[in-house]
Amino acid sequence: MFLTVIGALNEGFIQTLKLFAVTLIGALPLGLVVSFGSMSRFTPLRWLSRTVVWIIRGTPLMLQLIIIFYIPGYLLPSGSPWPSGESGRFLASAVAFIINYACYFSEIYRGGIQGVPVGQQEAGEVLGMTKGQIFRHITLLQMIKRIVPPMSNEIITLVKDTSIARIISMQEIIWAGYAFLKGSHGYSGLLWPLFFTGIYYLLFNGLLTLLFGWVEKKLDYFR
Amino acid sequence: MSILEVHNIEKHFGPTRVLEDISFSLDQGQALAIIGSSGSGKTTLLRCLNFLEKPDRGTISVGGSVIFDAADPATQRESEVRKKRLHFGMVFQSFNLFPQYTALKNVTLAKELLSQERPDFKQNKKAILEQIQIEGQELLAKMGLSERANHYPSQLSGGQQQRVAIARALALKPDILCFDEPTSALDPELTGEVLKVIRSLAEQKTTMIIVTHEMAFARDVADDVIFMDGGVIVEKGPARDVIEHPREERTRQFLSRYSEN
Ligand SMILES: Nc1ncnc2c1ncn2[C@@H]1O[C@H](COP(=O)(O)OP(=O)(O)OP(=O)(O)O)[C@@H](O)[C@H]1O
Ligand SMILES: [Mg+2]
Repeated sequence: MFLTVIGALNEGFIQTLKLFAVTLIGALPLGLVVSFGSMSRFTPLRWLSRTVVWIIRGTPLMLQLIIIFYIPGYLLPSGSPWPSGESGRFLASAVAFIINYACYFSEIYRGGIQGVPVGQQEAGEVLGMTKGQIFRHITLLQMIKRIVPPMSNEIITLVKDTSIARIISMQEIIWAGYAFLKGSHGYSGLLWPLFFTGIYYLLFNGLLTLLFGWVEKKLDYFR
Repeated sequence: MSILEVHNIEKHFGPTRVLEDISFSLDQGQALAIIGSSGSGKTTLLRCLNFLEKPDRGTISVGGSVIFDAADPATQRESEVRKKRLHFGMVFQSFNLFPQYTALKNVTLAKELLSQERPDFKQNKKAILEQIQIEGQELLAKMGLSERANHYPSQLSGGQQQRVAIARALALKPDILCFDEPTSALDPELTGEVLKVIRSLAEQKTTMIIVTHEMAFARDVADDVIFMDGGVIVEKGPARDVIEHPREERTRQFLSRYSEN
């Protein structure tokens, strides 16, 4: 029984990790684009970016996920654009998560970029450096240093947030654990697999915490 | 002959006029002190010289050639501004050292980046970079900071940081070195070491413009003094005359606030 449960939980956890990874790969660069939008000197673009960020951060991810998964099916004459089955649920989740996390990341980027004192930029300018040199050699590392702590918080939240994809029945690890309560693989009424999923989250987040701690330490040599 | 000539500089921030009809000249090897109360436009003037602000009117000439003319956009091209800036060095009130680099790297970084533009950089890379290192070490030694070359700014006192910043500005051998209240951010007991360095630069005939609230220092170290108030030059002349025998009533009032304490 134990091995059956672990096998099923592992399978669910792989979906969890996939959603986690795809969200990071999509949201880290998209967030940077959104943050540039929010800092743009072109007012309509700045307004648009900030409004989108406000809406996405101001509403639950669960609601956004439901809207992205179900609403297109009602509106489009051709029916739901999502492929049927688990792949469609995964794709819809990935889109919702990427948009949601890009907005959170954009605010972190913005804080990091605007947090570097203008004096740093000006000191580079009066020394005859180009804009590119100033970014690469002076401001970039200072931004990264500012971004890492809030970013690690957000990424650890993301690990846990992936469980929200269960609302559209994406088969991540909580879904897999819950299945043993409802009945699956010939078992039902099992409570412990659901609790056991917590161990996965704890171990994975423990690993991430160590990783981010290491990065922060690496950047500790300057203030 | 004057190395620097500033003519009729005017600068607005929105509707407020911050500089008005600023004209002065500076001879090679001379030190000019600028004094004046808070908000009189001293920092803005230095920032205009360093192309950190763009004056609305006026011209700036270095070594006889016009490097900025508000009326001539050709003198304001971004690509050339970068090179023209190098006529000036700037020491900021708040140091603005690069925190992620050691004292030595702070001094050498800009020179290393500039040297990449040399046509012979590829062939002589090693020798060029080595030479820059040596010069950086020498500059730090001149500032009395040989022992601190490998320290990061956060490991240095304010006075040491400001001396690194002076070395950093000197590394590019500017024609004119500008100081914006170099000791205002320092604890009183640390101002002396920085003033001493500036004094020795003056003795070596470094061309300098020093914005300062240290009146005795301005009197003893500068050749000329300019007193600014409300964005205009109220009085200028030999340092001793302006500070000890000001002609203008506004200068007298300003200076009396310093002699009281
Ligand atoms: N970027 C800016 N935008 C708007 N107003 C500015 C800006 N920079 C300076 N000012 C205004 O210009 C005036 C002159 O400022 P400046 O910093 O040149 O004075 P200062 O003589 O250096 O004063 P302090 O002795 O306090 O350093 C002040 O009234 C200031 O508020
Ligand atoms: Mg000032």
